Amino acid sequence: MIAILDYGSGNLRSAQKAFATSGHEVVITADRKVALEAEGLVVPGVGSFQSCMKGLVSIDGDSIIRQRLGLERPTLGICIGMQILFENGVEPTRADASPSHGVGVWSGSVSKMLAPILPHMGWNTVEVNERSTLFRGIADQSFYFVHSYAATRSVGKLQAWSEYGQRFLAAVEDGPITATQFHPEKSGSAGLRLIKNWTDSL
Amino acid sequence: MTLSVRIIPCLDVTDGRVVKGVNFTNLIDAGDPVEMASLYNKEGADELTFLDISASSSGHEMTLDVIRKCAEEVFIPLTVGGGIRSVSDVDQLLRAGADKVSINTAAITRPELIAEIADRFGSQVLVLSVDARRANTDSGFEVTTHGGREGTRMDALTWVGRACSLGVGEILLNSMDADGTRAGYDIGMIKAVRAVTSVPLIASGGAGSLDDFAAALNAGADALLAASVFHFGIHRIGDVKRYLGSAGYCVREATTA
Repeated sequence: MIAILDYGSGNLRSAQKAFATSGHEVVITADRKVALEAEGLVVPGVGSFQSCMKGLVSIDGDSIIRQRLGLERPTLGICIGMQILFENGVEPTRADASPSHGVGVWSGSVSKMLAPILPHMGWNTVEVNERSTLFRGIADQSFYFVHSYAATRSVGKLQAWSEYGQRFLAAVEDGPITATQFHPEKSGSAGLRLIKNWTDSL
Repeated sequence: MTLSVRIIPCLDVTDGRVVKGVNFTNLIDAGDPVEMASLYNKEGADELTFLDISASSSGHEMTLDVIRKCAEEVFIPLTVGGGIRSVSDVDQLLRAGADKVSINTAAITRPELIAEIADRFGSQVLVLSVDARRANTDSGFEVTTHGGREGTRMDALTWVGRACSLGVGEILLNSMDADGTRAGYDIGMIKAVRAVTSVPLIASGGAGSLDDFAAALNAGADALLAASVFHFGIHRIGDVKRYLGSAGYCVREATTA
């Protein structure tokens, strides 16, 4: 069973349907026990780093993620769900904004991208490590991105990179934790294949 | 690695059916929205936009149902606009399966709505739909409401600038003069709006020939929205993408799976 962590981000319905195409049962949950024990946990995320962390902490999601990693249970962060795995984030860009703390699975922070037009919105290609299992069969495909912030330093075991104004981390495979800056659940057939690659590894 | 230009078919939906007219009038039935969405996805649409033009609350309910069904079958971004007046309207649409919402009249009536939606859900869910026409304002472009039927005397560029500072994530620029005519996008309007905003810009209204799509990109659009040329089979999405690809633009190839 795959659990999608419900901590207040909007569109979980299509994510549920997308993950269900892998043949697994998929539940949307904020329940600690269900989220901890699921074969795979998906941490989605829309909005800002700060609002996401606030929502995550309110259901104890940060501790659920850390505990799952301690138990080597597969967890997949998507978009802001990837960004909050870092130590720090700097959204939103208000004058009074100070860096907010993330879950801290990886060191470093996410920062505003250096590009004339933001958000980075649309389909972009990625540069994939040849040992990647996540991108097996779809290394040459495009994926759907929507974000203005990104991590630019390498973390984890395997990285996929993309480029928009600057080079940034498009995905990380790091033992039990996997993360994509793009939205596989919105990336058409390539995204569904990536989801299948992940669920097959559970 | 380059970001692809986006081709976005727009489906005007009323009472659960897709319709299309010229200059927002003379509506003709153009098909079942879920079937059309699925077909466009297979043909390589990069996103889909639904514009709910239902006048009644039962029509809006039917649109929510359309969105729910689409979100179960089509795994590309869905934008929904029409009749959105509050944060709770947005919440309802996102929960039905929309990824983005576009707002128009309600934001003109009460601009704070932009900040309220952006604060709650993030700017990336919020598309400002600007129905503009050539008129005697500072920039020569005026914002209209009610599907282009009413002028506001508000300058379109001033409005875009203000809305961006309030937190919209994207601009959908619809030329009321060009809408449905297939005589080409309003290139001057695209250039003018591009110059005042740093969020992605979707050009809409007037797509006819394949050259029209390239001209809008050349004027600074990041994405191209069209309705009648796709609904009535004048161009297939694949044809537009092949043409743009051969013209040197980066396009995503449709994958069949």
